[in-house]
Amino acid sequence: MTVEKKAGAKKPAPLKKPRAKKPAARKPTWDVSDIDTWGPERHELGAVIIEAGNSVFNETGGWRSEVPVIDTEKCDGCMLCYFFCPDASIVIEDGKAVGIDLEHCKGCGICARECPTTAIAMKHDEKE
Amino acid sequence: MAVTPSQILAVTGNEAVAEAMRQIDPDVVCAYPITPQTEVVQIYAQFVADGKVATEFVTVESEHSAMSAVIGSAAGGARTMTATSSQGFALMWEVLFVAASYRLPVVMTTVNRALSGPINIHCDHSDTMGGRDTGWIQLYGENHQEAYDNCIQCIRIAEHMDVRTPAMHMLDGYVISGAIGPLQMLTKEQVQAFIGPYHATNPMLDTKNPVTVGPFDGLHGWYFEHKVAQNRAMDRALKVIQDVADEYAELSGRQYGLLDPYRLEDAEIAIVVVGSTAGTTRMVVDKLRDQGVKAGMVRVRAFRPFPHEAYAKALEHVKVVGVMDRADSFGAQGGPVFLEVRAALYDSDPRPQVLPFIYGLGGRDIFPDNIEQAFAELQKAARSKKRVSSERRYLNLRKD
Repeated sequence: MTVEKKAGAKKPAPLKKPRAKKPAARKPTWDVSDIDTWGPERHELGAVIIEAGNSVFNETGGWRSEVPVIDTEKCDGCMLCYFFCPDASIVIEDGKAVGIDLEHCKGCGICARECPTTAIAMKHDEKE
Repeated sequence: MAVTPSQILAVTGNEAVAEAMRQIDPDVVCAYPITPQTEVVQIYAQFVADGKVATEFVTVESEHSAMSAVIGSAAGGARTMTATSSQGFALMWEVLFVAASYRLPVVMTTVNRALSGPINIHCDHSDTMGGRDTGWIQLYGENHQEAYDNCIQCIRIAEHMDVRTPAMHMLDGYVISGAIGPLQMLTKEQVQAFIGPYHATNPMLDTKNPVTVGPFDGLHGWYFEHKVAQNRAMDRALKVIQDVADEYAELSGRQYGLLDPYRLEDAEIAIVVVGSTAGTTRMVVDKLRDQGVKAGMVRVRAFRPFPHEAYAKALEHVKVVGVMDRADSFGAQGGPVFLEVRAALYDSDPRPQVLPFIYGLGGRDIFPDNIEQAFAELQKAARSKKRVSSERRYLNLRKD
């Protein structure tokens, strides 16, 4: 798991060792005879999820168009953003918001709206 | 296997299905009554009330709810069955895809009936032909006996770990469902031994191993791959359907296949037909054979998966094939079965001519004369030096 580096946040300890994020690049093929083995855990019969807490390794922030940017100078540590964030994506250090978990932040902007000190602003997300 | 007359029962097609369900004794049945399937639900509810089965019978307010309850039950880990017809099937439609994509081995009886409008309660195959791409296995039966036999075999096919896909089996409304016909039953012990105990995959009620069923997979997920996996299960189902039929033959003495050919070996013209009309067609084939006409027939049993290679092999020596559809695909080149058969024969060399016939919509009677007219059309095409037009021929259309 990575967090926004600019904010200087530490990497939170992952609940579980993350798996390879993307399936290995494969040559174009028409042979799908072994498709059941492509991304083994992702092909549980009927798309059932058998593992609790799997968003630790499943990135869910990919549909974001705006990204919250924190001005740590303005943050007074009220923690409202932390409690309101529906994706538990606010990284807190020493009682202050210091970064965003961009693998899970979907850019909803709730944190920016709730912040009483306007320490969080939504910016256009520049995709690499 | 020797059969004495006393072992042959006189039942309606619906009774045959209800008896099969009684012997299967599923954990849960969620169903809503609809003409002409009502009798299945009514009789089964009586079995439940009389304590003849251990089934939990869930009454629901519609077929959409019936299929939704079926999915909940099957995802919970229960062997689950239901039955429907026509508009009820149509109301289930969106949920049928869900049952198939969750890979829940549900078994459903569908009594074929026309779809509105005009409002019509009689037999045709529009309902289930419209559901052919829902991801369910489809077996079409011919008569009372097969309605019973297919119901039992569907349990094994759907639950097979190479398949794990819901299966529906069909019988013709009224012609079979409401009319009395002969039935030989197995004992409940035989049926129970044949189907075996139910093993659920990742059941929701296994609280020690919690799972999520039906998650969202629409952004960067694996939806596409799951669809490919469904199709591969369909491919594997071809062998499973045949294996289960062979094993059932040892038990019952009644042999079924993916398709049911009749006097086809040296046939020059042949008809492909679904359901109860096959009985009438066989009679016409015999009559034509007596007159020296090399006529044959194939009855469709498995329609999903469609055994296209078996059709190509069975029909490639035939000069002209007529496909009789009891449903139409408006704006297509012909009915659903015609499209499949014609595609299956495309790679054959020489390629047989395939002509579309539509018959029996809304329960319009199909007489031996009508089938003879179809064969006459095939003969005419077989004698013709040029390929004849492949436009639809309608059998027994009114002109009065």
